[in-house]
Amino acid sequence: MTVTTQDIENVATLARLRIAPTEIAEVTDRISSVLQLVDQMQAVDTGDTEPMANPLGEVQRLRADQVTESDQREAFQAIAPAAQDGLYLVPRVID
Amino acid sequence: MNWEMVIGLEIHVQLATRSKIFSGSEVAFGGSPNTRASAVDLAMPGMLPVLNEEVVRMGVLFGLGIDAEIGRTSVFDRKNYFYPDLPKGYQISQFEHPIVGNGEVTVVLADGTEKQIGITRAHLEEDAGKSLHEDFHGMSGIDLNRAGTPLLEIVSEPDIRSSEEAIAYLKYIHSLVTYLGISDGNMAEGSMRCDVNLSLRPHGTKEFGTRTEIKNVNSFRFVEKAIAVEYERQLDILEDGGSITQETRLYDADRNETRSMRSKEVANDYRYFPEPDLLPIVIDETFIQRIKDTMPELPRAKRDRFQSEYKLSNYDAAVLAANRTLADYFEGVAATCGDAKLAANWVSVELAALLNRHDVAIEYTPVSAEDLGALIARIKDDTISGKIAKDVFEAMWNGEGTADTIIDARGLRQMSDQGELETMVATVLADNPNQVAQYRAADETKQKKMLGFFVGQVMKASRGQANPGLVNKLLNQKLAG
Repeated sequence: MTVTTQDIENVATLARLRIAPTEIAEVTDRISSVLQLVDQMQAVDTGDTEPMANPLGEVQRLRADQVTESDQREAFQAIAPAAQDGLYLVPRVID
Repeated sequence: MNWEMVIGLEIHVQLATRSKIFSGSEVAFGGSPNTRASAVDLAMPGMLPVLNEEVVRMGVLFGLGIDAEIGRTSVFDRKNYFYPDLPKGYQISQFEHPIVGNGEVTVVLADGTEKQIGITRAHLEEDAGKSLHEDFHGMSGIDLNRAGTPLLEIVSEPDIRSSEEAIAYLKYIHSLVTYLGISDGNMAEGSMRCDVNLSLRPHGTKEFGTRTEIKNVNSFRFVEKAIAVEYERQLDILEDGGSITQETRLYDADRNETRSMRSKEVANDYRYFPEPDLLPIVIDETFIQRIKDTMPELPRAKRDRFQSEYKLSNYDAAVLAANRTLADYFEGVAATCGDAKLAANWVSVELAALLNRHDVAIEYTPVSAEDLGALIARIKDDTISGKIAKDVFEAMWNGEGTADTIIDARGLRQMSDQGELETMVATVLADNPNQVAQYRAADETKQKKMLGFFVGQVMKASRGQANPGLVNKLLNQKLAG
């Protein structure tokens, strides 16, 4: 599988990454080579292999439904860049 | 051209747990901003999610409630997008291996017909916080109290063909989740929110048209209205030879219109991948069996039982079975008065009207099922007429006592004494000689209509207490001359 510079620009936009125009070509090449490695691995016959969602071979342990956290707003807002009336302030977002 | 509407619904249900899905913060509606937002909910560096057992149990319970396959190995994924009400930059959701697979529900429409609606899947995820765009000096305010509230997203097949079906389906899911006790179902507080996917296609064709998605419609009435206006909008475009743009739209209740959410113009590409901070959830037979053992009788089974046990119509049975408290109340009334049909009528007409008028939920009705049953028993034994019973019921609602004490206090016992009524009928006939003459000269059809006049006069003379069946009988005899 190969990717185009346009794919990389698109993914960078979605991931909020800034890639300088001079670097696009190099990033595209590097990601393409990773994807080629994936292609190579895809060629392996895994018919008898159990799919692995996680290398630990464990299953998720669950937590009892209990409230264990108390209000620490003061402490969190003391280190926030901006807060007002108990709200965290961020650059304006409008739907 | 004749167009057919095709609808699929995505319903988000907030699960009624004590704590959040991945943190020990309390789940509650409202409250002072960010007082229930822990380091995990704020996405502080290094924080890890720990899954709440109760969320898994509720997901499985819902799956069993719609006879769906339960995902024995269920996996969480990251759905990536940037919006400050979700500070991690992704939502933990489920993509390829949801907890609930294919299922189906049957809803009953007003005309009594049944409709099967498929459920593609239901998956677990976390709710986002809230953004406030009021005046914060050009900034937005973020409240993360809601962030991390467990959600079950229920995705229907595009099986819905009208807004009536959409509402019936939504109400069914609402009654199911409240029966199961997995959500409080409070739509006004956002415990149940609905996205509507809607498209049109020429009648008789198989291929789907281009759809739009109307986000976050939060009441039954708004769902109905949003569907109506979006249908008209798409119809106008298609009839003019135009084409529909696939997009996300918002329903504006004040203007009763849908409009495009322009900020989401960039095609959504969530780049899902398995959540590396959580292991797969493995659900075994013992766990499922334990949940099965706690399953209450569900709306559908109750509805079927009401039909077979009490001989109610399909629709009456569905209305009464839709709400667990209402269903229990009805059964209490039926048991006390011994007439299920009459009990069903009183609960779904007279009681419902008073609940509605006073904006009271069935849980808080001032008249107990036993007391209403006792009132109906007085209609059955001819102590009072159905009409008088309505007045007595209002008095019971206002706390004036039980049926019997009110009937006695107001002297409402029905007059069934033949001699007394005969005198009354004779007086009425003597007082209205012209009408009697006209009646006797008229043909049978006209007579039937004219009889009402005499019944009315006798009822008036008895202050509404005459037994109407007996009055009719006596009048027919006397007028026949």
